[in-house]
Amino acid sequence: MKVRQFLRDFGWCYVFIAAPVLVFLAFTLYPICSAFIMSFQKYNVLQSEWIGFDNYKHIFTDPLFGKAFINTTIFTVATVPVNVLISLGLALLIFKLGKKAQTFFKASFYLPAVASGVTISLVWFWIFDPMPEGILNQVVHLFGINNVNWLGKKDIALFSIILMTYLGGHGAGIILYLASLGGIPKTIYEAASIDAASAWSKFRNITWPLLKPTTLYMFVTGIIGSFQVFISIYLMTGGGPDHATTTIAYLIYQHAFEYFDFGLAAAESFVLAFIIVIVSVLQFKYMGSDVEY
Amino acid sequence: MRKVSGKLEINSNVHVDPQLVFKERKKPSFYIGRTLIYIILIIWALFTFFPLYWMFISSFKDANASASLQFDIIPREFTLDSYTYFFQFNEEVWRWLFNSLFISSVITLSNVLFAAMAGYAFAKLRFPGRNTIFWVLMCAIMIPGQVTLIPLYVLIINVFNMSDTYAAIILPSIVTVFNVFLMKQYLTTIPSTLIDAARIDACSEFGIFRKIILPLAKPGLAVMAIFTFVGQWNDFFWPFLVTQSNEMRTIQVGLASFKFADSTQFGPMMAGSIIASIPMIVLFFSLQKYFLQGITIGALKG
Repeated sequence: MKVRQFLRDFGWCYVFIAAPVLVFLAFTLYPICSAFIMSFQKYNVLQSEWIGFDNYKHIFTDPLFGKAFINTTIFTVATVPVNVLISLGLALLIFKLGKKAQTFFKASFYLPAVASGVTISLVWFWIFDPMPEGILNQVVHLFGINNVNWLGKKDIALFSIILMTYLGGHGAGIILYLASLGGIPKTIYEAASIDAASAWSKFRNITWPLLKPTTLYMFVTGIIGSFQVFISIYLMTGGGPDHATTTIAYLIYQHAFEYFDFGLAAAESFVLAFIIVIVSVLQFKYMGSDVEY
Repeated sequence: MRKVSGKLEINSNVHVDPQLVFKERKKPSFYIGRTLIYIILIIWALFTFFPLYWMFISSFKDANASASLQFDIIPREFTLDSYTYFFQFNEEVWRWLFNSLFISSVITLSNVLFAAMAGYAFAKLRFPGRNTIFWVLMCAIMIPGQVTLIPLYVLIINVFNMSDTYAAIILPSIVTVFNVFLMKQYLTTIPSTLIDAARIDACSEFGIFRKIILPLAKPGLAVMAIFTFVGQWNDFFWPFLVTQSNEMRTIQVGLASFKFADSTQFGPMMAGSIIASIPMIVLFFSLQKYFLQGITIGALKG
């Protein structure tokens, strides 16, 4: 009878949370456990062979994984801090304007974000057209630079993908920064003004520290996103030329769905997850030490 | 300007219209600064707009010759050839659009329902294991998609035998943990007294949810629905993995397939991109308010 009593008291509660719990069990927890086992196997749908740490050994001796790791790191280091700074700079400028102008610029900067990764990659694929008629080539031509094979040259391809992220995609960051700028009490600035603080000192001593939680959030989500960059690589360069733009996420895709080496790909995905967790923890430790939530 | 506002505080008992004080004391340097800000912002906005603008004007160029055509910033010709070409490239383009619409709608509706239910339970109901279950679920947000990807693929394709079906695309996303988190955050702010009052009036638990929670949660649900819909419409990777046949593709997957079929037909490629983006751009302009509010909900309350 205790069971019946329990169900009458709490039954509804468990019905309410049933859907996400089932989805979690079936599509997150089970796959993680399964992937963990797979990563020690030479996986085959019918008969898998247990090979111990061979997949992991392979990863750490595979020059291609090393290359993908370096590419991913370069991409992350070159994009995330710059894009956070661009968002912050634009937000600071917009914040000085009136209400209507703020809304206008928020919308303008956010609009490109509703276009899909596929469409953005395709249009940039064309902007980077290697022919002399390519739009970017025409632009650099004005500055006396000769035709550049933006996506087809080993030393430039990754840089081109990085450049693409600088133009656009700051909408969400700007809105987040504006929201937290609006949350800083005006009186703090007024007090600083009475003490004749310079604009720079106000920024360094008031704005920047108080925006730290937002900055931390942007760094963590930005790095997680950039470690998983896939669509632009897949559609624009295919990881080439000569693996110059192969990222870890793209390598996982290739090993899993082009070579069907599920075991190796699963092991790689765990290494990727491990890297992401380490980087996130380090950020919370070093940047978040004086952040209050 | 900051100094002026400091003095304003001191003078405020004199009852001078603050707006007036501000206007009289504005220095010319203020206007120069403002103008500079506007110039910088507009130039940068133009930069970020450029890819979309380029996509737009290129889609009205001649389909076959566009790769070798002169590149004009201001279009000199107007033809719908590229659109015709794109629709003729594959007879299933309309089907792709329908697939995207159908899949995104189902996923949005199921997320609204299930995330609101679970969010309500986690925010307002008390039951054994509530906090533990919630935090275990939250861990799922932090796990990169690549880790679950391969077994999920095996599960859907080989175990459930769902290859090339709507179910394969929809099932893993019927409710996301992130949306549950959003709704929990949002519903925590609803006063519990309303719920208690309804319970005293012997309203059933589902009745409370339907008659009290859902109406009160509408603004939050609207934001969540919009972001889920846009996210799903723009999703590429999972539909790309689990669909094989031409008629099961979503518009994003179809568009990508066009690129691989013919990577020199830029005019039609841009026309296809416009077709894939237009519904989202229209949605953005009609529901702008929700878009601009919504981004901050998840990030700042967390």
